[in-house]
Amino acid sequence: MKGYIFDIKRFAMHDGPGIRTTVFLMGCPLRCWWCHNPESIGQINKSDNLRNHNEHNTSCENFDKLHPTEYSVDELYTEIEKDWLFYEESSGGVTFSGGEPLVQIDFLESIMKKCKYNDFHTALDTTGYAKYTTLERIIKYTDLFLYDIKLFNDDLHKNYTGVSNKLILENLNRLIENDANVVLRIPLIPEITDTEENLSRVIGYIKGINRTLKIDLLPYNKLSESKYIKLNTESRLGKVETQSEEQLSGIVALFNNHGLEVTLRG
Amino acid sequence: MTERIKRLREQTLSIHPGISMERAELLTEFYKSGIPENESVPVTRALAFKYLLENKFLCVNNGELIVGERGPAPHETPTFPEICTHSLADFEILNNREKISFRVSDEDKSVQQHNVIPFWSGRSIRDKILKSVDNDWKEAYSAGVFTEFMEQRAPGHTVLDDKIYKKGFKDFINDIDTSIRNLNFHKDEEALNKSEELKAMRICAESLISYSRRYSEKLYELAASETDESRKNELETMAGICSRVPGNKPNTFWEALQYYWFVHLGVITELNTWDSFNPGRLDRHLYPFFKRDVETGLLTEDKARELLHSFWIKFHNQPAPPKVGVTAQESNTYTDFCLINLGGVDENGDDATNELTYIILDVIEEMRLLQPSSMVQISKKNPDRLLKRALKIIKTGFGQPSVFNTDAIIQEMLRHGKSIEDARNGGASGCVETGAFGKESYILTGYFNIPKILEITLNNGIDPRTNKKIGIETGDPTKYESFEQFMSAFKKQLNHFAEIKLKGNLIIERLWAEYLPAPFMSILVDDCIKKAKDYNDGGARYNTSYIQGVGMGSVTDSLASIKYNIYDKKKLSMEQLLNVLRDNFSGHEEIRKMFLDATPKYGNDNDYADSILREVFDIYYNAVDGRPNTKGGFYRINLLPTTSHVYFGSVIGSMPDGRLCGKPLSEGISPVQGADRNGPTSVIKSAAKIDHIRTGGTLLNQKFSPQILEDESGVEKVLKLIRSYFRMDGHHIQFNVVTAETLRNAQAEPENYKDLIVRVAGYSDYFVNLGEELQEEIIRRTEQSDF
Repeated sequence: MKGYIFDIKRFAMHDGPGIRTTVFLMGCPLRCWWCHNPESIGQINKSDNLRNHNEHNTSCENFDKLHPTEYSVDELYTEIEKDWLFYEESSGGVTFSGGEPLVQIDFLESIMKKCKYNDFHTALDTTGYAKYTTLERIIKYTDLFLYDIKLFNDDLHKNYTGVSNKLILENLNRLIENDANVVLRIPLIPEITDTEENLSRVIGYIKGINRTLKIDLLPYNKLSESKYIKLNTESRLGKVETQSEEQLSGIVALFNNHGLEVTLRG
Repeated sequence: MTERIKRLREQTLSIHPGISMERAELLTEFYKSGIPENESVPVTRALAFKYLLENKFLCVNNGELIVGERGPAPHETPTFPEICTHSLADFEILNNREKISFRVSDEDKSVQQHNVIPFWSGRSIRDKILKSVDNDWKEAYSAGVFTEFMEQRAPGHTVLDDKIYKKGFKDFINDIDTSIRNLNFHKDEEALNKSEELKAMRICAESLISYSRRYSEKLYELAASETDESRKNELETMAGICSRVPGNKPNTFWEALQYYWFVHLGVITELNTWDSFNPGRLDRHLYPFFKRDVETGLLTEDKARELLHSFWIKFHNQPAPPKVGVTAQESNTYTDFCLINLGGVDENGDDATNELTYIILDVIEEMRLLQPSSMVQISKKNPDRLLKRALKIIKTGFGQPSVFNTDAIIQEMLRHGKSIEDARNGGASGCVETGAFGKESYILTGYFNIPKILEITLNNGIDPRTNKKIGIETGDPTKYESFEQFMSAFKKQLNHFAEIKLKGNLIIERLWAEYLPAPFMSILVDDCIKKAKDYNDGGARYNTSYIQGVGMGSVTDSLASIKYNIYDKKKLSMEQLLNVLRDNFSGHEEIRKMFLDATPKYGNDNDYADSILREVFDIYYNAVDGRPNTKGGFYRINLLPTTSHVYFGSVIGSMPDGRLCGKPLSEGISPVQGADRNGPTSVIKSAAKIDHIRTGGTLLNQKFSPQILEDESGVEKVLKLIRSYFRMDGHHIQFNVVTAETLRNAQAEPENYKDLIVRVAGYSDYFVNLGEELQEEIIRRTEQSDF
C-alpha cells in the first residue's frame, strides 16, 4: 500500500499541542477559493511528477516540494519517528493534514494505527467531508481532531468550496456525540467566512453543543500566494488583504461576548 | 535605570575607541631602566606590573560607582609591545580602516616611532615566535590552513572561581609565603625557579593592593572637593571600599564588585589575555553578599541593580586590544569575550539558580551591551523558568544570553579527567569553550581550516591558490576508485597539517613560559601558588590546549557531494569535477545547481550526509585529542570559528558543495548557509550526531524570524526545542532573532541602525561594524527562516 504525500513539515507550531511533524496528504474533494495548499489537489495517478520516496530521501529533501512523493507505511513512519524526542519533550506529536487526508483512508488508517501503537500523539486536520463510515475507521487512532468549519450558509458553502456542508456538520455532531477530542478551526477569509452573519451562526452552533470546545481562529495569510505562482495558476480568491489586528480583535471580542474563549492562529 | 546610569551607558556607547600609549611608554621606560638585566624573568615581569600600576593614570568617571579603567579613560586601549609591536603602518591601518578602527594621534605615532619600536623590535614575543617556527609552519600559516592565537595576544582563557570572595590579597600573600617556606633546595632542582616565580607573585599581589590604595586616596581627595553632598558621601564610601579590598576579603556586595574589578584590571594590564578574563558564575558568587546586605538593610534591590549596571559599564569601557594583519581578519571586533555564566549547578550537582540570577538577567536586558556578554547554563536540574526568562531576552534580538548545556559541559570535563566538583563549578567562556573555572588554563591555540585541507587533497598536496606544494602527495584523485580511497587521502593530508600545527604550538608554548610568564594571573588560578609554577608554564591544576576546527558543514557537504555525484551516482567524473572547480562553476551552472539542490546536505537529519560529518569529526578528533602539551596537559578539539570562517573561505577556491571561490565557510557546527531546509528540529538532530562530549565546546547558531517567539506558545516550543537538543548532549545553541529585511535596511542606511546587534558566532556584535562579507553571510543565514 502506498500513500501520496506532498510535504512533511517539521517543527510545525500551529497544528496541535507541542512540537509537531505535519504530514500533508494528497487529494481533496473540496475546491475552496482560498485553498492554502493548492498542490494537494492534483491527481494521485502515477504521473511523471511522482517521485519514489527512496530516491527523494537519499538525494535530499531539497527538491521542489510541490511534487507528490510516494511512501509506504513503513517509510512514512520512519520519517515521523525521526522526531520522537521532540514529541516526547514537548508533549507534541504527529498531525495529518492535506488536502483532505481521509481521501487516502486505507493508507491513513494504517499509518495512524502504527503511530498510535508506538504511543505518538496523533492529530487529524480535516475538512470533515467524508462518509461517516470512513471517519469512523480512524476515530480510535486519533487523539485530536482539528476540524474545519467554514460557512454555515450551505449555498455559500457550495459556492466557495464546491460541496455542501451537510455531511461536514453531521460528522461533527457525531464526533461530538462520541466524545472525540475536537478543536474547531475557523479560517477567517475576508468577506467570506469572517462576516458577522457567518460568525454569529458559528457561535450559535457552538453554544448549542453541550460541551466546551476549543476554538481556533485562523486569520487569512498570503503564504500560499507563492505556491500559486509556482503552480502557474491563480487563486480564485484573487488579491485579498489580510485582516488588521483591529479587525481580528473585533472578531475575538464577538466570541468573548458570548462567553466563548478563542485562540488566534491555533 | 537611574539617570546617572543612563548617562554612563550613553557615554560608553558613544565614545569611539582610541589607542593609548600610556602602557607602552611606561613599560618601555621600565625595561630601559636596567632593572631587567639584574632580575629573573618572572620577577622582571612582576616589577613591570608594579611599575605600571604605580604610574597608571587614575580615572574616576563622573557619577560612577565602580572605579578603574584599563587605559587612562574609557575606550582608551593600551598596546602590548612586548607581545606584538605595532608598526607605523599598523597604526595607520588602525586609524583609517572603516570597521573596528582606533584613533591614533600624531603624537602617539611619534612615541611609537621614536620610543617603542626601536626598543622592542626583535624583542617582542611575536618576533621570537616567527623566528622559531619552521618553514612548513610558515607555509601552512600563510596559505590559511590554520591561524595562531599567541602571536598577538597572550594565552588567557581562564575564568575566575569563588576564591576572591573568600580571601583578600593579604591572604594570598600568606599562601605565597607558605609556599616559599616549603621550598626544598636540597631535593628540588627546580627550587630556584620556583622561588623566583613565587617572589614575582608576591610583588604582583602587593602591587594590586597599592593600586587600590592609590584609588582610595584619589577618591578621598575628590570627596573633599565635591560640593554635592550625596556624591560626596558616595565618594567617601567608595574610598573606604578601595582601602579595604582587594587587600582584605570583601564584606559587602559593593566591595565584592569593586574587588573583582581591581582583579580584572590587573589581569588585563599584565597581559592582553585572549580571551578576556571574567568573573564566571556571577549569580552564585555575589548571592551571599546580596542576601546578607539586603537582610541587614545595607542594600536595597534597586541599589544592587544600580551597582550591577555600573559594573556592566566597566566591562563595556574596555574594547579588545586591536589586532593587525591576518589576526584582525580572524576576529575583528571590539568584543573582548567576557562571558558571564548564570544558572547551572553547584558543586553538589543541585540547581544553582537564586534570586540574583533573575536580577542579573534583568540587568542584561536593560543594559543591552555587547560586553560583558552573558549566557545561561541549563541543566536538567534547572527550572524552565530560567530558560524562559533567557528566551524572552533572546527574542529582543541582541544575541544574549546564549544557552549552554551544563550536563554536557560536566561530562566533557569528566572525560578530560577533572574532578566532579571542579566540573560542576565550571562552565563555558569566550565563545563556547569548556573550562574548570579558577583551576584551569585552557588555551585556544588557533583555528584549523578543515575544508582547505580537502581542497589540498583534491590537488594532490598543492594549494591551487598559489600553486605551491604545501601538503604531502596523497595521489592523483582521478585515480581513486572509491570514496573510501579518497577519504583515506584526506585523512593523511589532515594528519600532516595537524602535525605541523601541533609542533608549532609546542614551540610557542615554551616561548611564552620562558619569556612572558603571568605571575599576577598565577595568583588567581589554582594550583599555581602551591606548585610554585606560572600559569603559562603548567601551574594550573588542569592545562588544556584547544585547536578549533572550522568549516564542518562545508567540508561535510563537499565530501557528500563527491561521494554522491562521483562515486555513487556517477553524475560526473573526478576529472570533470576538478575542471568545474577550476572554472569556479562558470559555464557549469547546471552542475552547480545539482550540487546545491540535488545533493545530500548536512543539517537535514539525513544520514547520508551526517555520517560523513561523523567521519570527518573522528579524523579530526583522532589527529588532535589526547596529544600532550608541554604543561602536563593535553590537546583537545572544539568546533567554533569566531569570524575565521570568513577569512578561511577567502583562501579557498570553489568547492564541491557548490560554494563559490572566496565565499565564507559554514560557521561552528551550523549547516552551510541555506543548506538546511527542513527546519530547526532537523538541524538539531543533525548537529547532535556529533559527539559533543568528546569536544571542549561546539557552536550552533539558529535563525528564527521574530514571529516565532512572538507569543507564549512560541517561546514554550523553542524552549522544548532547546531541551531536546540538550537531551541529545548538544553543547550550545544560540539564536539570531531578526529579519533579513531589517539587515538589508541596516546595510543600506547604517547610520540609522547603529544599535542593531546580531549574533555572529559565539558572540554578538554591532551589525554595522561587521565587514561586508560577514554581513552578507549573516543575511544568508537569516533568509532561511521561513520554514
